[in-house]
Amino acid sequence: MTSALLFFTELTQAPSKAQRELLTLAARFDSATVALTGDISEEATGIVGSYGIGRILQAPAGDGFQDHEVGVLDAAVQTVNPQIVLLANDSFHREVAARVAARREVGIITDAIDVSADRTVTKDELAGAYTARVNPVADLVLVTVKPNSVEDAPAGGESAAVVEPLEVAAYASRLQVVGREEKPASGRPSLGEARIVVSGGRGVDGDFSPVEDLADALGAAVGASRAATDAGWIDHDFQVGQTGTTVSPQLYISAGISGAIQQKAGMQTSKYIVAVNKDEDAPIFEIADFGIIGDLKQILPQAAEEIRRRQS
Amino acid sequence: MSDASSTPLTILVLVKHVPDAQFDRHIDQSTLRMDRSESILSELDEYAVEAALAIAEERGGPKAGNQVIAATMGGPKAVGSIKKALQMGATSGLHLNDETLAGSDATATSRALAALVKYAGNVDLVVTGMASTDAETAVVPAQLAERLEFAALTNASRVEFDSAASALTISRDHGSESLKLSASFPAVLSVTDQANEPRYPNFRGIMAAKKKKTEEVTAADLGLDASAVGAAGSGTEVVSAEARPARTAGTVITDNGQAGIALVNYLAEQKLI
Ligand SMILES: Cc1cc2nc3c(=O)[nH]c(=O)nc-3n(C[C@H](O)[C@H](O)[C@H](O)COP(=O)(O)OP(=O)(O)OC[C@H]3O[C@@H](n4cnc5c(N)ncnc54)[C@H](O)[C@@H]3O)c2cc1C
Repeated sequence: MTSALLFFTELTQAPSKAQRELLTLAARFDSATVALTGDISEEATGIVGSYGIGRILQAPAGDGFQDHEVGVLDAAVQTVNPQIVLLANDSFHREVAARVAARREVGIITDAIDVSADRTVTKDELAGAYTARVNPVADLVLVTVKPNSVEDAPAGGESAAVVEPLEVAAYASRLQVVGREEKPASGRPSLGEARIVVSGGRGVDGDFSPVEDLADALGAAVGASRAATDAGWIDHDFQVGQTGTTVSPQLYISAGISGAIQQKAGMQTSKYIVAVNKDEDAPIFEIADFGIIGDLKQILPQAAEEIRRRQS
Repeated sequence: MSDASSTPLTILVLVKHVPDAQFDRHIDQSTLRMDRSESILSELDEYAVEAALAIAEERGGPKAGNQVIAATMGGPKAVGSIKKALQMGATSGLHLNDETLAGSDATATSRALAALVKYAGNVDLVVTGMASTDAETAVVPAQLAERLEFAALTNASRVEFDSAASALTISRDHGSESLKLSASFPAVLSVTDQANEPRYPNFRGIMAAKKKKTEEVTAADLGLDASAVGAAGSGTEVVSAEARPARTAGTVITDNGQAGIALVNYLAEQKLI
């Protein structure tokens, strides 16, 4: 019997794509439990149930930063005694997993792209240049899973999951939240989860509108190179690469980006890569499935218009 | 009256010797470990060294007794990364050099590094990069904070040091929010490439580094049992590592005024739209 524990810091009636993928993965194990901080609606318990997962351990939301979540996950681990814990791959969840792994003196595996029922984890190494298989050696392992790694597939469970309160000891935080600011929402799909990403680099020369326009025609997320975010043309949140977001979409359209190692590290596992660059020697063409030598300011608007024409 | 701002700080900055990403990087098929022959100081750790030096300088720098210890764990060649940090301005080096450490996963690495920080003694602040450029797990700083019971100021895109209060305030992204987090010492601080512009070692720095001392220690010196580190102390085991087929260049066309249409045709052919 292998039991899995999932950890979420929020679960609304519309779980994110990454959360649905995690629910799909958890359902592969003999039993699965969700641990959650914060409120849950009836709809959401129904959704968890539709994956064949019957139990939700619920703790209140924390008002500090991370220490509460570490305590909740650790308490859930002790309650459920799982053999595997699954979490999202972003820096917050990685760190929560890492701290619990240190407390429990067990392994943590990040950047997983698949997890099998015997707890073998498949993951990317060296920015996707290698695919490794990693096995836990202890009876517990914590795994953070990249979005877009598995197909969302509810198992077809019919009853809603049962919510039980989780007792968590009070904690003393060593840090204080002294500022909190909500960033403006773009209304576009999130970069890490999107099926299509259109990214712009220094070549956009201060004007992201051709990139945004093509992204909107495709229902895609917008990305950028560090040159573009450093220049202040677009927020750092949109940076793709080693020190930005790692993406692995079906389609990545790169416009006015040379293809430096740090940029490639964040996008080279995309299924299809299309590059638009006016320099025929740009390294991005070495990894592009389809390359166009030319000016993005001409090509992107033309493509956006053609897509809209075909859609109407 | 005791003034915190006059007490010298001991800052330990962790530097990692990693395979140079400018070359093709390999995983050795017999050991399933990274080929480390062409290695350099992890690019992302240069930001950590810069942050450590800047904080020490706020307090008056080495003249006022502030120490910035560049510490690493890794084979004999890893001393190269300490050397670079010393050239940038770190005051001394600490090298955990022991064969038994090879093959440590994140949990075993943080166990060894926590022992190294304790060995250094009275450390106020540990500074690291946001991730190593080889393993890229980005979890060791948080694990270190957990083990040492230090505040975890991780993934800082901006660092402000209030010397009088001996407190650090960082900015970090958190989902749809941008947070400011504050803590006093002792703390672990990990910085992103947004946090600063790392300095280059200048001629004086390079000459001065030659006189700086680097202490070499083994796992046993730190009281670490061989079963607690390396593959033996790890919670995970790599069973295979396969190189993905390299991406190759596909069709490349030159815009003749209709390339936008050609792009859409391509997407339609591949059933992407
Ligand atoms: C520690 C570190 C971390 C980094 N992390 C990242 C990261 O996460 N992500 C990242 O992207 N970079 C990262 N970088 C930076 C990286 O090394 C490159 O400097 C950066 O990716 C270059 O961005 P770019 O391709 O937009 O600009 P450039 O290299 O200047 O390329 C611009 C390209 O646009 C083309 N162009 C110009 N005008 C047009 C036009 N009108 N139409 C079509 N093409 C045009 C040019 O031919 C050129 O190829 C990092 C660097 C360091 C040191």
